Amino acid sequence: MNVFTAFAAGLVFGIGLILSGMTDPAKVIGFLDIAGNWDPSLAFVMAGAIAVGVFAFAFARKRGASFFGGAMHLPTRRDVDLRLVLGSVIFGIGWGLAGFCPGPALVASAAGEIKAGLFVLAMLVGMAMFTAAERLSSGAPVSPAD
Amino acid sequence: MTMMIDWAHFTPWASAAGGVLIGLAAALLVLLNGRVAGISGIVGGLLVARRSDVAWRVAFVLGLFAAPLVMMFYPVATRIEAGTGVLVLAGLLVGIGTSYASGCTSGHGVCGLSRLSPRSLVATAAFMAAGIATVYLLK
Repeated sequence: MNVFTAFAAGLVFGIGLILSGMTDPAKVIGFLDIAGNWDPSLAFVMAGAIAVGVFAFAFARKRGASFFGGAMHLPTRRDVDLRLVLGSVIFGIGWGLAGFCPGPALVASAAGEIKAGLFVLAMLVGMAMFTAAERLSSGAPVSPAD
Repeated sequence: MTMMIDWAHFTPWASAAGGVLIGLAAALLVLLNGRVAGISGIVGGLLVARRSDVAWRVAFVLGLFAAPLVMMFYPVATRIEAGTGVLVLAGLLVGIGTSYASGCTSGHGVCGLSRLSPRSLVATAAFMAAGIATVYLLK
């Protein structure tokens, strides 16, 4: 059951990305180009999504469990650290360079865009590099200080 | 300085409607599966996921992949102006950055802001500012 609902959520998400214009890198760059000929459309994507999301997540938090009785995996961290800020800045630079963020790049690659597929491959390599770095730093033998 | 609006490409209705669908999809995933619809987290999680945790992630991504098929009647614009080298560099930065930040436009920008998370507010401000600065410097 979990698999079918996750597929449905992914499908609706993808249709939303296409309809909204997020899968068009030139439109994304037009949105980020506030000093030039600015296309504010994508602010409407965020507004539309959050207008629904606010209620969904408030309800989810109240329920505490999914409709099928499974655990509710909601993030609990509230602290702002350097990793969060630097990571977001690095992501934002990549987003501005290509006009792609992860979801739209996946959808555009499935639509047959070879260049989007290339972006997705590089993104997966980046994620794998992070995973490898994390394993190295946490898996290395730690010598006790005293 | 006056702000110039690109009225020719302005699509408030389609963009808002797409946004509502994205919000509905996030609602489906959190209420039915108990999961946050953060694409970088769902995909990145596949690299480290436990066995029981793989199926729903793959199913969600397959749903994303099926979207262009369902939307065959709709003109899907994908104007990619960046060259191959820039795309690869950008992909690496997006993969590394979203991993360190534990989220992207969907996880922080949509779901996190919907949860009123201070972390996501900071993350969204940071990636928006960096994206705007990058486009400004390139143009």
